[in-house]
Order: sequence, then C-alpha cells, then structure tokens
Amino acid sequence: MYPYVTGTSVVALKYKDGILMAADMGGSYGSTLRYKSVERMKPIGKHSLLGASGEISDFQEILRYLDELILYDNMWDDGNSLGPKEVHNYLTRVMYNRRNKFNPLWNSLVLGGVKNGQKYLGTVSMIGVNFEDNHVATGFGNHLARPILRQEWHENLSFENGVRLLEKCMRVLLYRDRSAVNKLQIAKITEDGVTISQPYSLKTYWEFSAFENPAQGAIGSW
Amino acid sequence: MFRNQYDTDVTTWSPAGRLFQVEYAMEAVKQGSAAIGLRSKTHVVLGCVNKANSELSSHQKKIFKVDDHIGVAIAGLTADGRVLSRYMRNECINYSFTYESPLPVGRLVVQLADKAQVCTQRSWKRPYGVGLLVAGLDESGAHLYYNCPSGNYFEYQAFAIGSRSQAAKTYLERRFESFRDASRDDLVKDALMAIRETLQGETLKSLVCTVAVVGVGEPFHILDQGTVQQMIDAFEIVAEQEGPAAEPDTEAGQEASAEPEPEQGAAAGEGVAPMDI
Repeated sequence: MYPYVTGTSVVALKYKDGILMAADMGGSYGSTLRYKSVERMKPIGKHSLLGASGEISDFQEILRYLDELILYDNMWDDGNSLGPKEVHNYLTRVMYNRRNKFNPLWNSLVLGGVKNGQKYLGTVSMIGVNFEDNHVATGFGNHLARPILRQEWHENLSFENGVRLLEKCMRVLLYRDRSAVNKLQIAKITEDGVTISQPYSLKTYWEFSAFENPAQGAIGSW
Repeated sequence: MFRNQYDTDVTTWSPAGRLFQVEYAMEAVKQGSAAIGLRSKTHVVLGCVNKANSELSSHQKKIFKVDDHIGVAIAGLTADGRVLSRYMRNECINYSFTYESPLPVGRLVVQLADKAQVCTQRSWKRPYGVGLLVAGLDESGAHLYYNCPSGNYFEYQAFAIGSRSQAAKTYLERRFESFRDASRDDLVKDALMAIRETLQGETLKSLVCTVAVVGVGEPFHILDQGTVQQMIDAFEIVAEQEGPAAEPDTEAGQEASAEPEPEQGAAAGEGVAPMDI
C-alpha cells in the first residue's frame, strides 16, 4: 500500500481566540508538484477544522465519514453537538482500526476547534498515534516548524502574531521541503466559527550569498 | 370484561384505538414499589422504597448507576429494568470510548424509548414491564426523564412512579417550583419527604429507602445508609404521618393504590388511553 497524490505539512497553533492552522495547496504526485489548488483544510460541523497531509483521496474519504457523522449528529436536533474533542477521538478510532486491518488511511490529521470557550488542538497519524498540544504539525512540519514554535509560541498570542509565527514556519518549509508549493491558506477557528483565507503566496528571498554559486567550494561529490 | 377480546397480543388494536398489552405493561409499573426523582438546575436526586419479598430476604436493587453522569431508578418488573440498565451502560461506555465524552442524557433516553417502541410493534415480543426515571447531567444542565413501556418519554422537574406514587406526586406538585434553585441538600430532603409520603404511616428510616444523587462536580452515586439516616434525623422527618393509620402492610396497600388514581386507570369506555397523556 502506498500513497499516490499527497499533501505536505500542516502546521497549527492555539492563540488567544482559538486555533490558527496553515497548509499549502500542493498535491504532489511522487516528486512531481502536480496539483496546485488542493484545499487541505476543511471545516467540520460548527466547532472544528480538519487539516490533512498525506494521500488526498483518503482525506476526501475521511471528509465523507465526517459528513455522515455530523449529519447524524444534527439529525438528533437536540441542542447537543459534537465538539472538536469528540471528532478527534472519533478520527483516532477510525485511523487505528484501519491500521489494525493493515489498510491504513494514509494521512496525518490535525483537528482544531473551539467549543464553549474551550480551545482544542490535536493530531492523529495514520497508525493511530494521537495527542493534543498547544501547537502541532505533520510531516516535515514536525522537524522544521515545531522547533520554531517551541521557542516562540506562548499563551494568548494575538491573531497578527499567530499568523506571523505560522508564516515564519511555512516560509522555512517552503525553502526546505521539496514538496512544498508557494501557495497557501491560513485558517482560523474561534467560538464564532471557521474562516479559511484566500490562497496567497509568501515572499521569499533567494539572494542569500550562500546560495550564489552553491557548487563553489563544494568538497567533491558524496 | 369486554376488552379481553383485543388484548391477546401487542400487535392488535382495539376498536377504540388502544393497544391493551401496552396498557397492561404500564399497570405493571404501577404495581412496583415507588421510585421518585426531582431535579434542580445543577443536581438530580433519585429515591426509591426498598421492597423485600419477606423479612428474611434482601430488598431488590432499584437504582442503577449507568455512568458517572447518569443514573436510573426503576419501578415494575425489576428483571426488565436490569436488562435495560445493562443496555444503557453499554451505550454510554461505547460512546465514551469512541468520543471520549459523556453520552448526552437526552440521546440515551431517545435510544431507550425507541428500543421500547420496538416491543410494541412485534408480535413475537412483549413490552418491557418497567418504568425508568433517568437522571443525568449534560452540557445543558441537569435532566430528569421518565421512560414508559409504551416507548414514550417525558422530561420532568419532579416525578414519582410505582405504588402509592400519587401521594408523592401531590407533595412534589406542591413544592416543585422551589426545586430549580434548591441546594443539593434541600433537594435530598425533599426526596426523603416525598418517599415518606409513599410510605403512608410507616416510619421513614434509611433501611426502607435508597437515595442517589448526581450533580455538577458530583458523579452519580448512591448515598450510604448512614448518611441517609443522618439526613432523616437532621430534618426530623421521622415523625409518623397523622390521619388514617389503617394501612399496615405494603401488600394491603396495593389495593388501596388502585382507587386514588382514577385518571390513570383506564376507565372502561371513557377516557384517554394512559399513553396519550
């Protein structure tokens, strides 16, 4: 079993009013950066936001499962609703059960949301590893973005500072992750609901002297 | 009686549009020993009268913990009640496992009601002969529901079921407006007073009753006998009721319970079928 069309990192953090999440819009086909308008973050119900990296078709399948889940939840029509914690745990069960059948959904998911003033941010991997934290990332984001967040994240970030921090992480990923594309969306979820930004690009700088004549002074091949 | 013609199985309607088997099942609830429930904004209290077959035997368990946030008191066929409690516990635990969150009481109650309804529409089944007072807490506060064998359910501020429950209901009707904002201890006191009403003359002591509480920050638990006795003493409600001390025994009391409830007993020819209320 292997993935075909994949998305790269998702990065998310808790800020003053809720959760901020960022993901680029690339869908790679192996090493080809084939699709450049893939929305890898989607709102779930009233209170949650799901971001995914990995196989895009599996992400679409998960969205169908969640669609049905939310539908049945709404059909009760009783004032109760599934919050981000419940959705996260449901996804954990789904991912883990598929893993146990040796037929995983090839995704790493980030689930964030706010319900009754409580902020929630969690992640589930394709083997069912799940946890919550103040900031999470998938794939390369774990290696490149989390260290930045560990240094610079703090409680009660303002919206502007949160976005700035996420953009800093996404810029590093853009420079260093081969499957990153320079077209991203940032999503925010607060008590009032979900907003996903229009796609935009980050400004990059390629004139660092270290990048000029990169082969100069190289000590031979491997 | 002429109604015997249409009461052979649950899937036969009477010409008056009634399902007699279901109504008979509701009768079974009325014959069981009393159970009462009342709630405030933050707590729900359940109480029941302990009935034992004889002096030698222990009394039947009528209050069950379903989950940390839900408990149930039953009246009627205790065996049916046990089975339904097991179903409720199963539903709660499955929901908790999948969502790591407590099952909202309102949803559990609907599932229970739908389960009961199935038994009113299958010729090879019979209705459950037990009424359930479901007490629980969820996001929207404290709730008390009553589930009937008919498959109906209702939400209540306070309610009583079982034999001589009318006496308790009268007490609760007088006092229910104060329950919403009552403190936990006052609520328990009211529950004990309501239980005393159903005893009709018998002394109220912790041996003859069971009380359970669930509330915000307080998981469902049955109060131990010592605590209950302390509360009875503290509220000084041991004193016997005045009036006809004519009912010595629970058995003799059963017949007396039939007539004070005319609006519930199916008056032949007239009358709303109980489940339509």
